[in-house]
Amino acid sequence: MKPRLLLGLVAALAVLAAAPLALDAYWIDVLNSVGLYALLALSLNVILGDAGLFNMGHAAFYAVGAYTTAILSTRLNLPVLWTLPLAGLAAALFAALVARPVIHLRGDYLLIVTIGMGEIVRIALVNDVFGLTGGANGIFGIPRPVLFGHRIRTPAEFYYLIWAFVLVTIFLFHRLERSRFGRALTYLREDPVAAEGSGVDTVSYKLAAFVLGAAWAGMAGTLFAAKMTIISPESFSFWESVVVFLMVILGGAGSIPGVILGAVLVVALPEAFRGFANARMLVFGLVMMVMMVFRTQGLWPLRRPRFRERDLPPARATEALSETAAGGVEAAR
Amino acid sequence: MSALLEVRDVTKRFGGLTAVNDVSFDVPQGSIVGLIGPNGAGKTTTFNLITGNYRADHGSVTFAGHALVGMKTHRIVKLGVARTFQNIRLFQQLTAVENVLSGRHCRTRAGVLGAMVRLPGHVREERAALQRALDEIEFVGLRERAMDLAKNLSYGDQRRLEIARALATDPKLVILDEPAGGMNEQETDQLVELIARIKARGITILLIEHDMSLVMRACEHVVVLEYGEKIAEGSPEAIQADPRVVEAYLGTEEV
Amino acid sequence: MEQLLLQLMNGLAVGGIYALIALGYTMVYGVLKLINFAHGDLFTYGGYLGLTLLTSFALQGRLGALGAIAVLTVMVMGLVGLMGVVLERAAYRPLRESPRLSAVVSALGGSIFLQNMLMLVYGARFQVYPEGLLPQTTIGLFGIQVPLVRILVVLASVVMMTALYLFVQKTKIGTAVRAAAIDQGAARLMGIDVNKVVSLVFLVGPALGGAAGLLVGLYYGQVNFTMGWTYGMKAFTAAILGGIGNIPGAMLGGFLLGVIEALGAAYLSVAWKDAIAFGVLILILIVRPTGLLGERVAEKV
Repeated sequence: MKPRLLLGLVAALAVLAAAPLALDAYWIDVLNSVGLYALLALSLNVILGDAGLFNMGHAAFYAVGAYTTAILSTRLNLPVLWTLPLAGLAAALFAALVARPVIHLRGDYLLIVTIGMGEIVRIALVNDVFGLTGGANGIFGIPRPVLFGHRIRTPAEFYYLIWAFVLVTIFLFHRLERSRFGRALTYLREDPVAAEGSGVDTVSYKLAAFVLGAAWAGMAGTLFAAKMTIISPESFSFWESVVVFLMVILGGAGSIPGVILGAVLVVALPEAFRGFANARMLVFGLVMMVMMVFRTQGLWPLRRPRFRERDLPPARATEALSETAAGGVEAAR
Repeated sequence: MSALLEVRDVTKRFGGLTAVNDVSFDVPQGSIVGLIGPNGAGKTTTFNLITGNYRADHGSVTFAGHALVGMKTHRIVKLGVARTFQNIRLFQQLTAVENVLSGRHCRTRAGVLGAMVRLPGHVREERAALQRALDEIEFVGLRERAMDLAKNLSYGDQRRLEIARALATDPKLVILDEPAGGMNEQETDQLVELIARIKARGITILLIEHDMSLVMRACEHVVVLEYGEKIAEGSPEAIQADPRVVEAYLGTEEV
Repeated sequence: MEQLLLQLMNGLAVGGIYALIALGYTMVYGVLKLINFAHGDLFTYGGYLGLTLLTSFALQGRLGALGAIAVLTVMVMGLVGLMGVVLERAAYRPLRESPRLSAVVSALGGSIFLQNMLMLVYGARFQVYPEGLLPQTTIGLFGIQVPLVRILVVLASVVMMTALYLFVQKTKIGTAVRAAAIDQGAARLMGIDVNKVVSLVFLVGPALGGAAGLLVGLYYGQVNFTMGWTYGMKAFTAAILGGIGNIPGAMLGGFLLGVIEALGAAYLSVAWKDAIAFGVLILILIVRPTGLLGERVAEKV
């Protein structure tokens, strides 16, 4: 990694780690909000940015995760952090189930269907489906997470928990981008017919993108539930999905730093300019239109290509290819 | 001894139009077969039926003993049938290397977990895949342009890149849809030579072409379609002399 | 039985409103292959503008109920139609050549912008229409007492839809619209000014939507800034149900959805009423995406 980049990262991490010491509880909580939204944006980025699937029902996955944690911790007294993987799993299964029948739909139709699914989930939550979700009032009394015997309670403690999770997520997703899996998503986003013609199982990968994005949103839901101790369907409305969608588009679909920037801007700016808090959504709508006309790729877009010339090994003589052709499949294994 | 690819009585209808009607032909192992015919004859549709992009209404396609009709395209690719597209379907925003790398997808295995955890086995796999992609790029003569974006390549180079991508899938059969489309004479000569080198690797080739000189020089056997039906089949010389073929391309001679 | 018929009439009345809005979606989609998310909000503006115009100009007092409604309809349709044209120019025309996602996002942005503008100007609470504009009587139909308004609403919808259908089928401009919907490039080559056609579609579609908004305000007596969202989604479902891009389909879809929803709410559950529309939408897109009257379009490889 370039030394300048490394220095920048270290500096950023230092600032990140020191922030709670310099800010009051209100602003730490704002940063907590930014962190949670960053997780949501990163998870939606896998679906929307990497795979190019229009998903505007992402709040549903968030809800499934949050409610899983809420239900398991209040009814079965499971420790909150234990519910983290379970929430992710629940959201993943939910995504696998609902995405399968609609995965082949073309872009804007898929968008509509995801909106519909998001709404159905919200309505189901309000109607206290299976008698588990507590209806419009939601679920309260969610216990605090306990890490190595220490109960996480204050905004500052949540800050470290949430942002540690964010950093791990960034690390893993960055790796994913540069892997066979990440490339497959890129191929299917760029041209599904060509991808399929190159041997990529497009249906499976689209589903995988949904499942992965959902799992992460579900886990973000756990953190959200633990932080708020009360959750209700209002937090998982269509507008939440729109806001996360906006973060990804604004920052740059497919770009990890971009969507985090998007999350920061969308959450922190209204806080900084309290005056226009009421007109928040109005401004978002305007921004969406303006961005599309003037800067489709977002504020901090994807940097291509992912390889540099010096990463490439030297080419071998053509004779080597004839040998490879025969034993090629073995060598690649 | 059965041929590598056996197409039998394949038929495809689109609404009221029968695009391909009871077409049958063989592609023997190691050969170079050309599929020719006037525009709209059903050549690309036939290709699409073989590769699974369309599903045949009737008939069978057998590849190395496997029945292809009804199989998904990516599975057909994995079996060993690769293709290029008539209208060039490269990933225009990606580099040449990344394009060819997509061909290695079906021959590698790493999944989500492998990607996140970076097990040594998977790292090796990635490196080998990259190496192989570069080898194929070198094979088609595009090594200096490996880092260029596909959309910045010339038309002829893009066609060669598509071929490299197809070769990267370790195919037993390569299906080329108008590989010389848009090429000048010099590029076409290079293409003929490339096709010969592909055959030298033991790969069977089926191609659609309009450029008669390429067909004459490169193909060992030619199948002629017109209005969705096979009207002739044989060596390039025999086909050239066949009055039905001449008529199909030029219309009846007015005396 | 009486209950069933009443619910049916209710469903048809609501369905007629859905159909009017659905026509806007389907016409725009037919010509631009774009889902105009902001359409539902234009419909809402119809309801609000109607109220403002009614009270500001004291139309009821000056012209009586019938006259007021007539004038209002014309004014609202004109204004909302104009808004539609402006919206297209500002938010969609610059994106004609851009990838699909851009236009969709812009449409959504437009929807959010319009909806919140409305909220800021009028406030978040329901706004109530003055009373006495619509007759309160019931008439005997098939042996039961049906509120006259319901029949009038259905009638109004049918009249407007028929006018549109005749316009599209029988007039030269209407044919131009249909041509542009089938193949924009070919239409342009035939000398059709596609830009004008698009503007026309964005005038007529939203105008009908605005009229629907006015109808809602009159029928239900109140308007709210979120109604664009609910009605919009349902009208969109209706358009898909009938076959997106297909005008008779939008009409059929609208009435059908209205009836399904009314019967579902009456006999299954009121709480899940809104979910019914979404359920229908998802089901249709999975099972028969081209809708009841739509045609399949194959993709060339």
